Amino acid sequence: MSANLQIGEDGRLRHFLSIEGLNRQLLTEILDIAESFAGVTEQSVKKVPLLRGRTIVNLFFEASTRTRTTFELAAKRLSADVLNININASSAVKGETLLDTLRNLEAMHVDMFVVRHSDSGTAHFIARHVQPHVSVINAGDGRHAHPTQAMLDMFTIRREKGADFGRLTVAIVGDIAHSRVARSQIHALNLLNVGELRVVAPRTLIPAHVESLGVRVFHDLRKGLRDADVIIMLRLQRERMEGAMLPSEQEYYRLYGLTGERLAVAKPDVTVMHPGPINRGVEMDSQVADGPHSVILEQVTYGIATRMAVMSMAMQPTPNQERHG
Amino acid sequence: MAKPKIHISGGHLVDPANGTDTATDLYIAGGRIAAVGDAPDGFTADIALDASGLHVIPGLVDLCARLRDPGQEHKATINSECRAAAASGITTLCCPPDTTPVIDTPAVVELIRHRAGQTDAARVVTLGAMTRGLNGEHLSEMSALKQAGCLGVSNALKPLASTQIERRAFEYAATFDLTVFLHADDPALSADGCLHEGQVSTRLGLCGIPEAAETVAVARDLALIQQTGVRAHFCRLTTERAVRMVARAQFDGLPVSADVAIPYLYLNELDASEFNSDFHFIPPLRTQDDRAGLITGLRDGTLGALCSDHQPHEADAKLAPFPATEPGASGIDTLLSLTLKLAQEKQLTLNDAIARVTCGPAAILNLPCGELGVGRVADICIFDAGAHWQVNRESLMSQGKNTPFNGWEMPGQVRYTLRDGRIIFNREAQ
Repeated sequence: MSANLQIGEDGRLRHFLSIEGLNRQLLTEILDIAESFAGVTEQSVKKVPLLRGRTIVNLFFEASTRTRTTFELAAKRLSADVLNININASSAVKGETLLDTLRNLEAMHVDMFVVRHSDSGTAHFIARHVQPHVSVINAGDGRHAHPTQAMLDMFTIRREKGADFGRLTVAIVGDIAHSRVARSQIHALNLLNVGELRVVAPRTLIPAHVESLGVRVFHDLRKGLRDADVIIMLRLQRERMEGAMLPSEQEYYRLYGLTGERLAVAKPDVTVMHPGPINRGVEMDSQVADGPHSVILEQVTYGIATRMAVMSMAMQPTPNQERHG
Repeated sequence: MAKPKIHISGGHLVDPANGTDTATDLYIAGGRIAAVGDAPDGFTADIALDASGLHVIPGLVDLCARLRDPGQEHKATINSECRAAAASGITTLCCPPDTTPVIDTPAVVELIRHRAGQTDAARVVTLGAMTRGLNGEHLSEMSALKQAGCLGVSNALKPLASTQIERRAFEYAATFDLTVFLHADDPALSADGCLHEGQVSTRLGLCGIPEAAETVAVARDLALIQQTGVRAHFCRLTTERAVRMVARAQFDGLPVSADVAIPYLYLNELDASEFNSDFHFIPPLRTQDDRAGLITGLRDGTLGALCSDHQPHEADAKLAPFPATEPGASGIDTLLSLTLKLAQEKQLTLNDAIARVTCGPAAILNLPCGELGVGRVADICIFDAGAHWQVNRESLMSQGKNTPFNGWEMPGQVRYTLRDGRIIFNREAQ
């Protein structure tokens, strides 16, 4: 059902809700188109007229700076009109229902919603209820998915390591249980036939039956990083200390923090990634974050091209317009 | 209203409590079973019902049905649900105390009885609140509730504030020989969960409810049942391990019974894998293994009853992202058919399947119905086992259209329902 929801009868992208349910060709197509847009964003005139006259609404029910900004820039570089709507989830509860909010915005002839919400499944829910010409991009739903983040990470890995993911060992380190980024990365890496995929964390941060997603579980950082080509560090939320998931940031850093010394067990040309924002001295030390293996700022840059690709692919043609791209 | 003399002829009578499973006639007078087999002397029927080719069974006793009345009449009313029940062969509905206001005073019991009395359909019996307002802290006036007609006490899905309060509630209920109806849930473990903790909750990034939320609670409750000697009933068990724990307690002689809700016998965690809110249940749908364990428990009698756990909702309650939707399914319309389907699929004998929705729940509630011996209340369901129907949510009789079985092919169609010896549903008259 999610596959049908995301892919139209013509096999093209209809909505972009989760990596799960997509196929390898489609992921590769997204990466290829992102590659062509990466050229655009590096030029002095950074705009293409692909989505001129179209209206994109960034509908954020959860605070975000980086993701919302890159979505906004991506839309503007495609020449779309962009509207940012930030709705405090608690006031949304008191007032109109999500569906009412949606209907009101649709009445303003919106073409695309970029949605972030703290409830898993929100983007799917919205996609099921929008009008046929409106498409939905998931900018993060609860702990479920953050597919554009995963695609920009795949883009980064492909630029760093080449297109053959089969020879790569990738380790994702940190709070897998609460991470929508990790879930989307796991699906994307497996669809792209990654050689070996590991998750590394204490048991409190590993969700039930995580092996069923296609990963090997490690609790020891050194073992988990051994011969890794790519290390993805996840952000640790402070709340985890309150929910008795962890004793302290200090102990976490002592056991799972990425330091130059620990990096030495990975491949010599290892790439270090982080979806941001980093807690320096918790997930990794500054020496690694700012060091030669880190591509953390490149990830941010590539986020724009990747989101341009996804938006241009998912945008539906207007009734009197043939579909482009 | 005068109660007619009725002759039900030619039907196949299945009455598990009396070991009957044969073609025979029933004679009804004064609202009760006057005879089975041969007519009593001088019996002249006012009404003759030809049940040739049909099954005749005791009217169903649904151990848990939310009627949403008083308080949430936008979801359902006593009138709407009692009529839906009659059309589905159900003659007794047991309403848990989580109405608005809560059933914690005789006045609310009386209000429900009054409203049910205005509808010529299924009867309604009630469970009283174990604590005032279901707040989990202050005992309700259990003796008064019992006098008003409550058949037991329950804290519905609300947690008790502490093990000490649970102990006191058990002791107090035992004083008045009241059965406590328990939802086995450790609130700290189930917390914000909305789905079984397993591969689906992990994939969808939804907060999971671990199996231990149920088993920890069953273990604690059993210890307090042993300590206090209260008679207890576990409502809606969902895990194989909990069923085994209850079986062991029964073997050890503790006064405990248990039931299962019928959706849990057909569905499992995988059904929610597309965020479909029709499959949002609390307690959650569990694994295939749990489902098998529940069937085993039903077969060996550990689970003495099968109920609808009817939770009708308005459409909007299910129109939101999965965790924000209200849990539960409308179940009155499908209880009989899904019970028959268990027999059809040879998961259970027809006799056992029918027992779990008639004499089983009646015994748990200590009600004198659910069987058709001479002198018993004439609550009867007459259905055509060969007739099939397809579930179409819009044509459900219940006001709640939230069914997870939309589109399913169902065996069994009710022709007549009788309560207290009067016809409360006649398909031909519809």
